[in-house]
Amino acid sequence: MELVLALAIGIMTSSGVWLLLRPRTYQVIIGLSLLSYAVNLFIFSVGGVKSNAAPLLENGVKTADLADPVPQALVLTAIVIGFATTALFLVVLLAARGLTGTDHVDGREQPK
Amino acid sequence: MNDWYRHIIIAPILVPLVAGALLLFFDERRRVLKAMISVVSCVLLVGVAIALFRLAIKGPQGGFDGVYLLGNWAAPFGIVLVADQLSALMLVLTSVLAIPALVFSLARWHAAGAHFHSLFQLLLMGLNGAFLTGDLFNLFVFFEVMLAASYGLLMHGSGSMRVKAGMHYIVVNLVGALCFLIGVSTIYGSVGTLNMADLALRIADLDPDRRMLLEAGAGVLGVAFLVKAGMWPLNFWLPAAYSAASAPVAGIFAIMSKVGIYVILRLSLLVFGEGSSAGFGLNVLLYGGMATILFGTIGVLASQALGRLASYSVLVSSGTLLAVLGLGNGVVTAGALFYLVSSTLTLGAFFMLIELVERGQDAGATVLAVTMEAYGDADEEEEETEIGVTMPATIAMLGTCFAAIGILLSGLPPLSGFIAKFAMLTGMIGVNASNAVGISLSVWLIVALLILSGLAALISMTRAGIRTFWASMEGTVPRVLVVEMAPVLLLVAVTLVLTVQAGPVMRYMEATVERLARPTLYIDAVMDARRAGQPAQTPVGATVTEEGI
Repeated sequence: MELVLALAIGIMTSSGVWLLLRPRTYQVIIGLSLLSYAVNLFIFSVGGVKSNAAPLLENGVKTADLADPVPQALVLTAIVIGFATTALFLVVLLAARGLTGTDHVDGREQPK
Repeated sequence: MNDWYRHIIIAPILVPLVAGALLLFFDERRRVLKAMISVVSCVLLVGVAIALFRLAIKGPQGGFDGVYLLGNWAAPFGIVLVADQLSALMLVLTSVLAIPALVFSLARWHAAGAHFHSLFQLLLMGLNGAFLTGDLFNLFVFFEVMLAASYGLLMHGSGSMRVKAGMHYIVVNLVGALCFLIGVSTIYGSVGTLNMADLALRIADLDPDRRMLLEAGAGVLGVAFLVKAGMWPLNFWLPAAYSAASAPVAGIFAIMSKVGIYVILRLSLLVFGEGSSAGFGLNVLLYGGMATILFGTIGVLASQALGRLASYSVLVSSGTLLAVLGLGNGVVTAGALFYLVSSTLTLGAFFMLIELVERGQDAGATVLAVTMEAYGDADEEEEETEIGVTMPATIAMLGTCFAAIGILLSGLPPLSGFIAKFAMLTGMIGVNASNAVGISLSVWLIVALLILSGLAALISMTRAGIRTFWASMEGTVPRVLVVEMAPVLLLVAVTLVLTVQAGPVMRYMEATVERLARPTLYIDAVMDARRAGQPAQTPVGATVTEEGI
C-alpha cells in the first residue's frame, strides 16, 4: 500500500510540475490542482499508513493501534483552502482571458 | 477570575475579522458608513497593539506571560497564541502602517472596486494572526487568509496590467503554499508536533535519521517564507506585483514581505537556536540575502518608473534583513529589527507618495525622461522665462517628503534609516564586534553591499527627484487632497519620532533579541501556560504525546 501511495504522489507531483510550466493558463490551473492533490495525499501519509484503525482513544486501546487524527484534520483544512484558492485563481484566469484576449500566461502570444 | 486582560491577545485577530464580516452586510454605495467601520477597526487595532506592547514590555515579571490557550486546551494539544515582545512589535508596526494606508484609500481608491474595506480588514487579520500564532499549521491558515485577501487587493482597481501581475502573483504564492504544506507535514512526520515550543523542545533529543527528515522539512518550509520575503532567486514576481498594485495597497504590502522575515527570525532562533541543528540554514540566508541586495541594487539603478524603483527598494530592504539575520549575531539582529521598522514605514510612505507625484505626469513621461538623459536632449534648454516663479505649496510638500524618503532609503543622517544602518554596521565592525578571529570576509562583503545599496538608492532618488520636481516636462501641479498628503506626512513623522527616540527604541530591540536568543523562556511560557479555571497545570493525556507517528 505504501508503494502505491508513494507512486501516486510522485506521478501526480511530476505531472503537476510539468503542467505548471506550460504556457497556457488552463494547463497551469490543472497543474496546480494535481500538485495540491499530491500534497494532500502526502500530508495524509505522514501520519503513517494504517488500515482499519479508528482515530479514537478509548480505554484499553493502545496508542500504537490508532490512526493519527492530526494529519486527517490537517488534510481537511488543506483541501478546503486549496479548493478556495483554486476557485479564486479560476476567476482571475477568466478575467485575464477577457482583458488580454489570450490564454497565454504572459497575456500575449509568443512570436513564432 | 482576575485575568480578563489576557483576552486582549486574541483581539488583534478578532477586531478585523468582525469588522471585515460586518462590512459585507452593507451595500457598496454606503461608502461613508463602510469607511467609518474600517477606520474604527483600525483605530481599535492601534489601541490594542499598543496595550499589548506595554504588557509585553512588562513581561513575565509584570505577571504577563503572553500565552493565550485557544479553547482552553493545554499547550501541545491545542493551538496557542503567543504575544511576546517581537510579536507585539510587529503588531504595532502593522497597525501604524494600516491607518495611513486606509486614510489614503479614502480619497479615491476605496471606490475603485468592490469590497476594498473587507479585504483590507481580512488582510490585517491574516497579518496579525501570523504574528501571534505559536502553531505551524495555524501559521499556514493565517498565511492563506492574508494571501487570499492580498490577491483581491492587488487586483483592486482592475486593468489588464494588474490582472496579469496578479495572476503571476497568485500562481507563485499557491506553489509557495504547497511548499509550506509539504514542509509542515514533513516536520510533523519527523517530530510529531506542530506546536513551535513543543517542536523546539523535542528537537533536542531526536534520532539522526529523524533529524535529517526534520531539516529537509524545515528547508522546504523555508522556501515558502523566502518566496514571501523575496529572496533572490525567488523574487522575480515581486517588482511586477508591487508596482502594479494601487498606491494604498502597495503601502500595506510593504509589511507583507516582512512577514516571511518575521517567521524566519522566529523559527530559526527558537528551533535552530541551540542543539545539534543550531545554525541550520543560516548560510542560505547570508548568501541569499547578499545576492538579493545586489539584485535589488541593480534594479534600483536601472528602474525608470518610480513604482519599480520602490519595488526594488523592497528587495534591497528584504535582502539586507536576510543577510544580516544570516550572521546570527545578537547585536546586529537588534539593529536589523530597527531597520525592519524604519524601512517598512519608509517604503509604505514611498508607495503612497509615488501615486501623488505621478498624478501630474504622463504615464510614459518618466521613461521618456530617462531615455532622453541617456541619449542626450534633442531640444536642450528653450528659454528661461519662469525666473522668480514661486513653487506651489503642493510641490514643496511633495518634494520635502520625497527628499525625506530618499534620505531614509539611502540611510543618510539625520533620519532613522541612518540610525538603523549605523546600528547594524556597529554590530558588525564596531570596536566590540571584532573578536580574536577578526572580521570574516562575508561580514566585509555585507558591509560593502549595505553601503553600496545606500549609494545606489541615493543616486536613483536624486535622479528621480530632479526629473520630477526641478526639470518636470509638463510643469503641471498635481491635485492632491489633504487626506492623501496627511498619511505620507504621518509616516514620515513616525520615522522622525523613531530618530528622536532612537535610544529607548534600540533598548527595546536589544531586550527583544536577548529574549529571542533564550528559547527556553518562550518554551517554558507556552508549555507551562495555566488553563483558565485551573489552579495548576495537570498532565492530562501525557501518555498520548508519546504516540507520535
